[in-house]
Amino acid sequence: MSTVQAAKSESRTHTGDTAGRTLSGRLRSSLQQFLAFASLIALVIFFSIASGKFMTLSNISGILLATSVIGILALGTTFVIISGGIDLSIGTGMTLCSVMTGVFLTYLGLPLIVGVIGGILTGAVMGLVNGTLIAALKIPPFIATLAMMMIAEGLALVISGTSPIYFGSTPGFTNLALGSVIPGLSIPNAVLIIFIAAVLAGVTMSKTIIGRYTFSIGSNEDATALSGVNVKKWKVLIYTFAGAFTGLAGVVMASRLSSAQPGLGMGYELEAIAAVIIGGTSLQGGKGSIIGTVIGALIMSVLTNGLRIMSIPQEWQNVAVGAVILLAVYLDMLRRKETS
Amino acid sequence: MRRKIMAAAGAAALALSLSACGGGSTGNESGGGDGKPYVAIVSKGFQHQFWQAVKDGAEKAAKDYNVRITFQGPDTESNVAQQIEMLTSALNKNPDALALAALDSKAAAPLLETAKSKDIPVVAFDSGVDSEIPVSTVATDNKAAAAEAAKHMAKRIGGEGQVAIVAHDQTSKSGKHRRDGFVNWMKKNAPGIEIVDIQYGGGDQLKSTDLAKAMIQANPKLDGLYGTNEGSAIGIVNAVQELGMKGDVTVVGFDSGKAQLKAIRSGLMAGAVTQNPIGIGYKTVETAVKAMKGKDVKQTIDTGYYWYDKENMDKPKIAENLYK
Repeated sequence: MSTVQAAKSESRTHTGDTAGRTLSGRLRSSLQQFLAFASLIALVIFFSIASGKFMTLSNISGILLATSVIGILALGTTFVIISGGIDLSIGTGMTLCSVMTGVFLTYLGLPLIVGVIGGILTGAVMGLVNGTLIAALKIPPFIATLAMMMIAEGLALVISGTSPIYFGSTPGFTNLALGSVIPGLSIPNAVLIIFIAAVLAGVTMSKTIIGRYTFSIGSNEDATALSGVNVKKWKVLIYTFAGAFTGLAGVVMASRLSSAQPGLGMGYELEAIAAVIIGGTSLQGGKGSIIGTVIGALIMSVLTNGLRIMSIPQEWQNVAVGAVILLAVYLDMLRRKETS
Repeated sequence: MRRKIMAAAGAAALALSLSACGGGSTGNESGGGDGKPYVAIVSKGFQHQFWQAVKDGAEKAAKDYNVRITFQGPDTESNVAQQIEMLTSALNKNPDALALAALDSKAAAPLLETAKSKDIPVVAFDSGVDSEIPVSTVATDNKAAAAEAAKHMAKRIGGEGQVAIVAHDQTSKSGKHRRDGFVNWMKKNAPGIEIVDIQYGGGDQLKSTDLAKAMIQANPKLDGLYGTNEGSAIGIVNAVQELGMKGDVTVVGFDSGKAQLKAIRSGLMAGAVTQNPIGIGYKTVETAVKAMKGKDVKQTIDTGYYWYDKENMDKPKIAENLYK
């Protein structure tokens, strides 16, 4: 496709959040979100009827807590996927971040806040490296982040000496995820953290220039470059920003387990990506939303929790989750057909 | 003619450098040539503390019997292909004996044939191999060990009530045996105890935590929970802690690790069954040495297991098998 054609097709399709978004496009996008939200409600109603033990305060709190780690990972990766990329390094990357938090807090004895920020920064640095490999060296995102996935897995093991790092010497650390800052409400902090992270991601996505360029690069990279945007720079920024969420997920996981477990993480990236896709974000880039991702992550954990409450065998749980992903992607394709 | 000789020399040099590379990149031995017999050990993993303890035992035996060993294992316990790769390169080094903890015994079968044709004795450890080739199998009797856990669970909850299991997986031999050994003992000896649910968390602490929480929510009358490995047991402990139910359910685990030891000391867990990882490593090398010298070895060597709890965990015989 020549660049002129590319520019033309950009002005014709009106995808993403760029200036020329039509009313019908907006309607369709909210319809998708509505569909996802409706599925979530339907699942909740179904499980509430199927088992009286589902709709209890303590189980709902458990579901929200179970959403926190995958949910935070999914928030960051929503940016990457909307920009037309993919990040396979978030699972083991998260593990590396929790190991680094362990290094800062337990090995070096630094104050709590330094460990937390250090963990988040580790994620950002990994994102920076990913972004640079992809934008500057033109390595395809799948390959670059696949390599980073292995590097992070290895480094987490090397740095921790293959054994878990415990946070016994930092007493407040476990409260970070499991304490409750709101008195009287039994909502663990990890749930508040993902809520705040989601608001932050949502505002960044819809109100800032990073968000706008994320959509624009995802819908048509060539056209974005032609209009004078430094695509390389923004891609690096997008991956770095997403990496910070990986770091946050690592800190939350370490806090919840009161330890950095170097062997965990492989496979978490796929769950996070699944949550993003179920939430209506297109793997082709250019389309998606943070609220969709939050709903997608909730659908995943409601489904898993509900099936467990009903004592459905594990094998069938996997089948059910897989079927939901297929359904979500099929709906997404239907939607795309209508658009084109 | 001259060109031909050059080409042959070049090829030889290449082959030499390649084989040198091959030797250097696998295992961490110093390159051999010190005359000691060599035992190549291919394990199921190396990251986990359990395998580190097996390795310690193997190194101890290597010292006692004056042999050289290499100990390697794949990154995860599902990476069959990587293990086959390691097995291949171990065989290429023509060891005097080979020890293998097979992830998939069928996948390893052709390589075991190779070992046989090269007259390299094979010792299976940790779990058996479905093959006639290994001269001996050095392993924990997981069914008996799980039955021991069931016995203690039944005693603690007074012989009746509801129990659930968080297992690490439903396909591996150790996963199946540790589940079935527990279930069968209960069926036979404790008719008042009902096993209400069995779920699998892959040994992943985070997943096992959420899993155990859901199980407790679904079965409010639960009296006990049994975790079939370290990750599963810690998941249960986390769940009990997060739900603020310390003392309301009896938790019984498997293996050790710092967090599990702490939970037992603090009373969150009643106790756990530990294998004898040091013994597995030691006996494996000992048996390999016997086999390479042509001595008779027993077909199966049970390395035993111990129940441990707050009362006995500091006794030397137990403590040496509890890794942190």
